[in-house]
Amino acid sequence: MASTLIRLCSKSTSTICRRMIAQPRLIRNYAEAAAAPVAQPGQMVFTFAAPDEAYYQESTKVKQVDVPTGTGFIGILASHVPTFGVLKPGVLTVMESEGAVNKYFVSSGTYAINEDSTVQINAEEAVPIDALDKELAKSCLHKAQSELSSASTDIEKAEAQVAIQTYEEILAA
Amino acid sequence: MKMISAAKFAQAQKAIVPARAYGVGAMSLYDKTTVPAEENEKKVFVAISSDRGLCGALHSNLSRALKAEFEKETREDTKIISVGEKSKVFFQTANSKDLLMEFKEVGRNPPTFVDCAFIADQMLKSGFEFNSGKFFYNYFKSAMSQIIKEQPFYSVEGFSKSPSITVYDSIDEDVVQSYQEFQLANAVFYTLKENYTSEQGARMVSMDGATKNAGEMIDRMSLLYNRTRQAVITTELIEIISGMTAL
Repeated sequence: MASTLIRLCSKSTSTICRRMIAQPRLIRNYAEAAAAPVAQPGQMVFTFAAPDEAYYQESTKVKQVDVPTGTGFIGILASHVPTFGVLKPGVLTVMESEGAVNKYFVSSGTYAINEDSTVQINAEEAVPIDALDKELAKSCLHKAQSELSSASTDIEKAEAQVAIQTYEEILAA
Repeated sequence: MKMISAAKFAQAQKAIVPARAYGVGAMSLYDKTTVPAEENEKKVFVAISSDRGLCGALHSNLSRALKAEFEKETREDTKIISVGEKSKVFFQTANSKDLLMEFKEVGRNPPTFVDCAFIADQMLKSGFEFNSGKFFYNYFKSAMSQIIKEQPFYSVEGFSKSPSITVYDSIDEDVVQSYQEFQLANAVFYTLKENYTSEQGARMVSMDGATKNAGEMIDRMSLLYNRTRQAVITTELIEIISGMTAL
C-alpha cells in the first residue's frame, strides 16, 4: 500500500516537472524598438526635419513633395529615381495623401531620395510659411543690398548675395 | 546640485527628439551606401566631448575608445581632432603630435547648427586631406546609460568612389561636393547633440550621487558637532560644580 502511494507520488511529481519544463520561460524584457516603416508600392517614407523641429518623421502619408534644389525645382513622388543634392532658399510644398497641403520656407539643406523609396529632407532652417514676417524681410533685404554695394572681398559679396536671394524668396513666398 | 542638472537634462532631452530625426535622416544615405575602405587612406578621428567635467567617466571612456581604434591605424596617415577640452587633455600627453585640431567652448550651451557648421568648415580647411573618418560620440540611450558609437564620414573623393553611388541619378561633382560639405556639418551637429544630451544625463546621475554623499556628510558632521558641544557643556558643568564644592 505504502509503496503504491510512493509510486503514485513520484509519478505525479514527474508530471509536474514535465509540465514546468514544457511551459515557456516567463521573462520580462524591454519592448523591441518599433521597426522603421517600409515603403509599400506607391508609397514613400518621408522625413523632413530642421535641427530644432521635426515636421515629418518616417511618414507614409505623403503623396508628393515639391523641393527647391540647387539644380531647380523637383517634384518627388513615390518611387522617384534615387538622387541627392542640396536645397536652395525657397518654398517646400508637402502634399499629404488626405489632401492637406503644407508649405514651408527652407533656407538651405540637403535632400536624399533612396532606392527603397525613403526620402530625407534636412533643412538648416525651416518654418511654416505663415510664420514669416514680410515687413521685416523687406527691411533686411534693403540692408543686405547696401551690404552688397559696400562689400570689398569676394566672400563678403557672396554672403550678401546669398542673403539677398533668401530675402527675395521670402518676399515671393 | 541635482536639481540644476535635472533641469538642464530635461531641456536637452526635449531637444534630442527633433535633432535625432534630423540626424538619422541626414545619415541615412551613409547607411544605404557602402564605401569601400582603401589602402593607405588618410583618416581623421574626431572625439566629440565637451569642456565640462563632473559627469563621471563619460569623456575618458570615449577618448579611450578612440585611442584603441587609433592604435590600429598607421600613425602617419591618421590624425585626431578633439572637440572639447576634456578629450584634448586626454590626448595632449601621449598623442600631442597626432592632434590635428582642437575646439574649445563646447558644452556650456546646447550646440547650435552654426557652431557645427564652423567646426565642419575648419575641418575642411585644416590642410589635412582626409579620405574618411569617424566621429566618436556618446549615444544617448537613457539618463543611466550612454553608448559609445562611431559615425563614419567621407570626403568628396572617397564618397564618389562608392560603387552604390551609381544608382543615384543626375549627380555631378558640384552636387556631391556641396552635399558632402553640408553632410559633414550635419554629422557634427547630430553627434554633438547626442553627446550633449548624454553628458547632461550622466551629470544628473553623478550630481545625484554628490547630493546624497553631501547628505551623509552633513549627518556625520552634525553628530560630531553635537557630541563636541555636549562635551564642552559637561566640562563646564564639572568645573562649576567642583568650584562650588570647593567653596
